[in-house]
Amino acid sequence: MKELSLNILDIAQNSVKAGARHVGIHVREEGNVLSFEITDDGCGMKPEQVEKLVDPFFTTRTTRKVGLGIPFLKLAAEQSGGRIEVESRSREDFPENPGTRVFALFYKDSIDFTPMGDIASTLVSLIQGADGIDYDFTWDNETGSARLSTEEMREILGEDTALSSPEVLAWAGEYISEQLEEIHANQ
Amino acid sequence: MKSLEELAAIRNKMKNRVVLREGSGEIRVVVGMATCGIAAGARPVLNAFVEQVASENLSDRVTVTQTGCIGICQYEPVVEVFEAGKEKVTYVKMNAEKAKRVVEEHLKGGKPVAEYTIGNN
Repeated sequence: MKELSLNILDIAQNSVKAGARHVGIHVREEGNVLSFEITDDGCGMKPEQVEKLVDPFFTTRTTRKVGLGIPFLKLAAEQSGGRIEVESRSREDFPENPGTRVFALFYKDSIDFTPMGDIASTLVSLIQGADGIDYDFTWDNETGSARLSTEEMREILGEDTALSSPEVLAWAGEYISEQLEEIHANQ
Repeated sequence: MKSLEELAAIRNKMKNRVVLREGSGEIRVVVGMATCGIAAGARPVLNAFVEQVASENLSDRVTVTQTGCIGICQYEPVVEVFEAGKEKVTYVKMNAEKAKRVVEEHLKGGKPVAEYTIGNN
């Protein structure tokens, strides 16, 4: 993947497929470290599945035999000197609060650090594809915080305007881009 | 600066609109958005379709949706176009520019862009 925002899109699609209703995407920047965490309330995974996640030849999908999402993320993190963590509670074992948390940490000064790229575009793609799923996106750094919450958007839009309508998507992309620009302006 | 008030304005504008917002399902454009598709550049393709369908006022009969891996990863980004009563058209190795042409010639003009289809790649 050429941008970390593409890894984020890819990992969040796993949450969509896991039947999540709420997906949190939280980016943190502190000094030389950039990290993000993707949390969901989807069906989760059993410990033995989590263990096999980093193996490219493990996948639950049937259309092909290779699953590269988590291995790609692990590669991107580790080549910068960072790491990933995956924790999950399967619906079977935790019927009350199933879900998954994927955390990845990167060192920005590494020559092999992958740039974040167009995160606004990732968010627009996710919102476009997922009526019925709520995304809570935040990006925190020393200067401030940027936030986009589809729950908040839905409250304003009411029931008659879909989140996936083009005007709304265009607004969302610009709304978050402007906030991100602002918190990065003084860096 | 974009604000939440502006979102409320969008809502009010849309409420007054007479045309149907949701696609009637006449034409369905499906973009592969699994790891293979995303790594090959599906994100700008999806967003180009969404933007072009809106700007060409095709939203009442064209719906853009996402799907997972359909098993031909070497041809990604893959886009399938389903139209009632017609055979499915599979576009391969797409990019945003090609997407614009597909909107113009196929979705608007009714003629598939043969050179981007899987049979010609």
